[in-house]
Amino acid sequence: MADPRRLPHGEDGGPATGPGYLQHHFESLVQQKDASSLGMWLFLVTEILFFGGLFLVYTIYRWSYPLAFADASRHMDVRLGTTNTAVLIISSLTMAMAVHSAAAGRRRLIIPFLAATMLLGTTFLGIKAIEYTEHIRHHLFPGPWFHYPGPQIHARPAELFFSLYFAMTGLHALHMVIGLGILSVLVVQSRRGRYTGQWHTPIEMSGLYWHFVDIVWIFLFPLLYLIGRHVH
Amino acid sequence: MAAEFIPEAEPLHPRDNYLNVRYGVGSWLLTRDHKRIALLYLASITFFFFLGGLFALLIRLELLTPGGDLVQSETYNKLFTMHGVVMIFFFLIPSIPAVLGNFLIPMMIGAKDLAFPRLNLLSWYIYIVGAAFTMWAVVHGGVDTGWTFYTPLSTAAANGHVVATAVGIFITGFSSILTGLNFIVTIHTMRAPGLTWFRLPLFVWSHYATSLIMVLGTPVIAVTLLMVGVERIFHLGLFDPALGGDPVLFQHLFWFYSHPAVYIMILPAMGVISEVVTTFSRKNIFGYRFVAFASVAIAVLGFLVWGHHMFVSGQSVYAGMIFSLLSFLVAIPSAIKVFNWTATMYRGSISWRTPMLYAFGFIGLFTIGGLTGLFLATLGVDVHVHDTYFIVAHFHYIMVGGAIMGYLGGMHYWWPKISGKMYPEGWARFAALIVFIGFNLTFFPQFVLGYLGMPRRYHAYPPEFQVLNVMSTAGASVLGVGYVIPMIYFAWSMRYGKNAPANPWRSTGLEWQTTSPPPTENFPVPPVVTSEPYVYATESEVVG
Ligand code: HEM
Ligand SMILES: [Cu+2]
Repeated sequence: MADPRRLPHGEDGGPATGPGYLQHHFESLVQQKDASSLGMWLFLVTEILFFGGLFLVYTIYRWSYPLAFADASRHMDVRLGTTNTAVLIISSLTMAMAVHSAAAGRRRLIIPFLAATMLLGTTFLGIKAIEYTEHIRHHLFPGPWFHYPGPQIHARPAELFFSLYFAMTGLHALHMVIGLGILSVLVVQSRRGRYTGQWHTPIEMSGLYWHFVDIVWIFLFPLLYLIGRHVH
Repeated sequence: MAAEFIPEAEPLHPRDNYLNVRYGVGSWLLTRDHKRIALLYLASITFFFFLGGLFALLIRLELLTPGGDLVQSETYNKLFTMHGVVMIFFFLIPSIPAVLGNFLIPMMIGAKDLAFPRLNLLSWYIYIVGAAFTMWAVVHGGVDTGWTFYTPLSTAAANGHVVATAVGIFITGFSSILTGLNFIVTIHTMRAPGLTWFRLPLFVWSHYATSLIMVLGTPVIAVTLLMVGVERIFHLGLFDPALGGDPVLFQHLFWFYSHPAVYIMILPAMGVISEVVTTFSRKNIFGYRFVAFASVAIAVLGFLVWGHHMFVSGQSVYAGMIFSLLSFLVAIPSAIKVFNWTATMYRGSISWRTPMLYAFGFIGLFTIGGLTGLFLATLGVDVHVHDTYFIVAHFHYIMVGGAIMGYLGGMHYWWPKISGKMYPEGWARFAALIVFIGFNLTFFPQFVLGYLGMPRRYHAYPPEFQVLNVMSTAGASVLGVGYVIPMIYFAWSMRYGKNAPANPWRSTGLEWQTTSPPPTENFPVPPVVTSEPYVYATESEVVG
């Protein structure tokens, strides 16, 4: 394969030599790769706008009720939140390692790194579930059962805060679950030896997704857990 | 666009085109061919067009008389809500992009398919699942919030299946995101050798701009409807005034998508008109780059004007003034297009074929719709006519007079390519005339009604408005006939129509340089592009 841009086409439209990774409607592997990357980045842009709606609502209400939001944020468990932040950052590292191993052609390492990422992702969700249970036990889930333990003057905007908390972290957790689903597909495909140093686009694209979900949390964590720490 | 080869209309051999390569339901439901997926969309949106039309018919029948006699006000509220939801989200937004765009963009850029054929098929399935939710809501009693879902009506007060309908729209939104994403990636990465950006047909430019809106706007409406949904189901108080939440914030988020969405509906139609006008005037489009950039300008400016829907919603006067000013700006690129189409026709050799009739209709009606948009963008005027029939007339001039005329014009123009058959020209001209007359009879009286103060969204009205309402209902019936006729002859032509040559309009577009209907791979040999998109007479040749 001298020039990957111009692979000869075989009977089925795929390249005549090498694995049939080239889909019939592309002219070259480079073109196919460009399309995937651009598509993935565009998808991430839509995700930014999707979360953006919630971040906007958060910003406006926090601006309207700064004291109540700070007060409500003191009912977060900062230790669990910090742990989860660390867990996610490490999972981004293992994910990056998985992509790196795939690119370097070290196929044996792909699955261990993917598995580590999944383990960390599951840990995150476990800790999140503990937090949710605690909040619900303390009547902090909005709605008829909501009962605010802090100063009653903050009670109603605090319910807004918790509405946002559950909506934003819930949507984030949903993205984590989808991410775990994607990673399990990657594991299965890696076991079948689908990915090579030359072609491992799905691992790369899934890596972008995983980092994105991670970054969303990096924003959520201070906005939800830490504001009570500096507003007095 | 001169391609390297220009195949003649060859006699049809069996199994040589995308329609007859394979038969059977499975070959359609599992296809990844953009052309077949376009036809799947065509069938589905046609269904929703007639469903939405049925609701419209009932609305107009109720308004035939001043009293609320045919339906109760609750039913009436549901009728106009379902009409709006079905027509906007399930017909007009997917219409031109998902049918004609899907079919034509790969052919116009000399590609074999869209960049992601499987996503393309997935987008249709997502659309169907979303439609299923909404249909469930319709069958089980409907919704009465208006297509706008304003809070707290939608979150706390409304009866009916708000959640199911919102979920349906939410899901369908992803089909439009995927379509937009697919188009952008395709246009960036899959152009034929020699096909530079400024050799792209204007239809492709307008779809590029549309796709930008789909990709950047749709996620916002999705998350907004999600918030309404969780507020209704889980009592998360995101817009709840009882908790200090802000219902007007919902309106901001809603219109941040829904104003740009009106350009999702009109930009593709503008693309159709650009192609039709130049072909049937046999003259190069006047000011190609202006028309191309106007599409992008509309997409960008369209994101900055949403506040003009909220002049009386309690937004600050200063915000209102800024939004008013910005709304005037959007009219500039729109006007550029209208002037350039007119200049293209000037001294052109115009033929009065059906697509061109629709183009004439579009230009006139869109101009009226756009100019009345400027009335509405004027703060002081809008305070008077907001929420009256004037608004209803304004947006129907654009969405029905503009977008649907563009859609029908495009369907006629590309029908020979899509089906391999010619439609009957006489009937088609007749139907175009009926549509034009019916449309104006339906909607012009509504401008007057609104100006006189008849509010929208009520099932009864004072008797002095009856004459104009009767005119409108009569017009709607004529319009309905005008829409049914093309349905019939398109279906008829599939079987009995004359075989279409490769290029019946002697167009220079790349999509006409292959057989009708095209083979699955679109072109027997991948084309190489060596010239501009429109190779008709130039301005100086004609005007001298
Ligand atoms: C020339 C550019 C345009 C301007 C300046 C404009 C201006 C406006 C304004 C100010 C309103 C709000 C009136 C009110 O509610 O009081 C409005 C409503 C509306 N416009 Fe336009 N418009 C333009 C183009 C369009 C286009 C291209 C479409 C659709 C394809 C469209 C569809 C609508 C719809 C659907 C509404 C009513 C929404 C509702 O309340 O249900 N407009 N327009
Ligand atoms: Cu608007």
